[in-house]
Amino acid sequence: MAEAHLSPRAIPDRLQSRGNRLLKSWESLLLVVAVLVFTINSFASPYFLDPWNLSDATFNFTEKAMIAFAMALVIIAGEIDLSVASIIALSSTAMGLAVSFGFDTPMLVVVGLGTGVLCGAINGLLITGLGLPSIVVTIGTMSLFRGLSFIILGDKAFTGYPASFAYFGQGYVWWVFSFELVLFAVFAVIYSVLLHKTNFGRAVYAIGNNQTAALFSGVRVGRVKFILFLLTGLMAGIASICLTSRLGSTRPSIALGVELEVVTMVVLGGVSILGGSGTVPGVVLAAFIMGMVTFGFGLLNVPGIVMSIFVGVLLISVIALPILWARARRRVAH
Amino acid sequence: MTKILKYREILLVIAIAALLVAITLRFPGFVAPANLARVYNDTSILIILALGQMAVILTRCIDLSMAANLALCGMVAAMINAAFPEVPIPLVIFAVVILGAALGSINGLLVWKLDIPPIVVTLGTLTIYRGTIFLLSNGAWINAHQMSDAFKALPRAPLAGLPVLSWLSVLAIAAVYLLMTRTPVGRAFYAVGGNPHAAVYTGIDVGRTRFLAYCLSGALAGLSGYLWVSRYAVAYVDIAAGFELDIIAACVIGGISIAGGIGSVPGAVLGSLFLGVIKNALPVVNISPFAQLAISGTVIIIAVAVNARAEKRKGRVILKKAEAV
Repeated sequence: MAEAHLSPRAIPDRLQSRGNRLLKSWESLLLVVAVLVFTINSFASPYFLDPWNLSDATFNFTEKAMIAFAMALVIIAGEIDLSVASIIALSSTAMGLAVSFGFDTPMLVVVGLGTGVLCGAINGLLITGLGLPSIVVTIGTMSLFRGLSFIILGDKAFTGYPASFAYFGQGYVWWVFSFELVLFAVFAVIYSVLLHKTNFGRAVYAIGNNQTAALFSGVRVGRVKFILFLLTGLMAGIASICLTSRLGSTRPSIALGVELEVVTMVVLGGVSILGGSGTVPGVVLAAFIMGMVTFGFGLLNVPGIVMSIFVGVLLISVIALPILWARARRRVAH
Repeated sequence: MTKILKYREILLVIAIAALLVAITLRFPGFVAPANLARVYNDTSILIILALGQMAVILTRCIDLSMAANLALCGMVAAMINAAFPEVPIPLVIFAVVILGAALGSINGLLVWKLDIPPIVVTLGTLTIYRGTIFLLSNGAWINAHQMSDAFKALPRAPLAGLPVLSWLSVLAIAAVYLLMTRTPVGRAFYAVGGNPHAAVYTGIDVGRTRFLAYCLSGALAGLSGYLWVSRYAVAYVDIAAGFELDIIAACVIGGISIAGGIGSVPGAVLGSLFLGVIKNALPVVNISPFAQLAISGTVIIIAVAVNARAEKRKGRVILKKAEAV
């Protein structure tokens, strides 16, 4: 979808230190916003600062943020995966089927993860194997995966998950720290290391900045992209286990529209939708901000759809502001 | 290139014909002219929307906000009618077409003036437009009894054997076809999508062309908003939710390249009809309507794979020519 700027002078060179500095300032800006949101919320509602309420609030973002980590890598590599919400639905349906065949919790986890990875592999094969544009492929698989759930479930729902399965979405590791929150923190660390400290992470940036150059410098572009789509599928599978366990039931319309929130989270976190730049800590902060804003609005009885207006405005302004800022700076420099 | 385009449309005609034959084997009544007219009428709104989406995709952009735009315009049309039943219907239609174009122009301006990637802009406006419907209506429904009879009757009114809805889509097809093939703006859509840099050197304002494409898709979404609400005689926040994917699917199936610059009006129409025939045939041949989503997903993937092959073939031909020179 995205393409280069049209005037030759505007071609961005992201290796320049100015771009780097701008990137750094983005995360600190997010941090300021996060603190601001937190402070405003604690003044706006007396119930906000209760530790258990705050713990409940984290469920707003943990599942989506886990997918957002993998999605950030996909977007940095210049691709996109719009099928994640449908993978959640299909994984959840597969787990529901497994329950009806009498499987127990460990097997359910295997089924959930397996379905996620399989869906990711299908996306990856279509995109890297056949060289198709990821946006159309994943719009297609988005319909396909959720469509399969609809075929299996129709207007029914799977319930009757075993009691031990409830731990993933409802269990607490220690005090107010839920299993999901701990999992979120663990993945935040894993993905930070993967993207910022490994060769694989460098390859992701290289592909996003210039795929051809990456190929000629020995990066196996196809394989890296395939792994990224596998990872996204895996994370959607994990999110599906958490969500299904938390809700205790599966309907084919589960997690409808979550892909938009995940993409918004990633972009808000400072990842360029054109690929090539972005950080995991940025996404962590963005997840935190979106979760706290949603929770704060909820405490103030703002309806969900009004929050979605806010998310939409946030998404556009978050991208527009740096562009306007850069323009203003250029004007000052001249 | 025209050969490939023709090839794609012929392929689609054959696919639709094969589909019809297969359905007829199990349910002969499906191909009765009256029923085919009904199928066309049912697909009319999708056709109108696909024409707008096509213009946007041709310029290498995408409009995910079309369904939300449709829903917002539909709600506004219904609210105008509910509050002031005496306002003539053509005026209501005119108002929502202008409103739709204005909403489309917001997308266009953000893409043109701020250089924000189209997918982000329209993802954002999609949620904003949907949310605005809630703010306008307070979540309430506008039901059939609140709409005037004239408001509901227009798309259904028979005119020379077909409902006005069908004629409106025919009119839209003709108008967009003329726009694409006979006007500078139409050629600019192709030029901008085919090679934006070359388009700049030929004196085409890329941003402005994209802006115009968004205005067109917005205006057609506005028109469809009235048609949708009056046809189904109800307006609420979630009408046509998720329909943006059907519209894109129709375009992709119709051979419109998501990479821009390739596609034709007959392709968009045939792509829509293909989906329309499937949608109408499923209940007839006793396949659960729940299967529709999975089928359209599979069709999108197959279509995009076929598109990619067609584009590759085109690439090779150009290379050979370059070598010859």
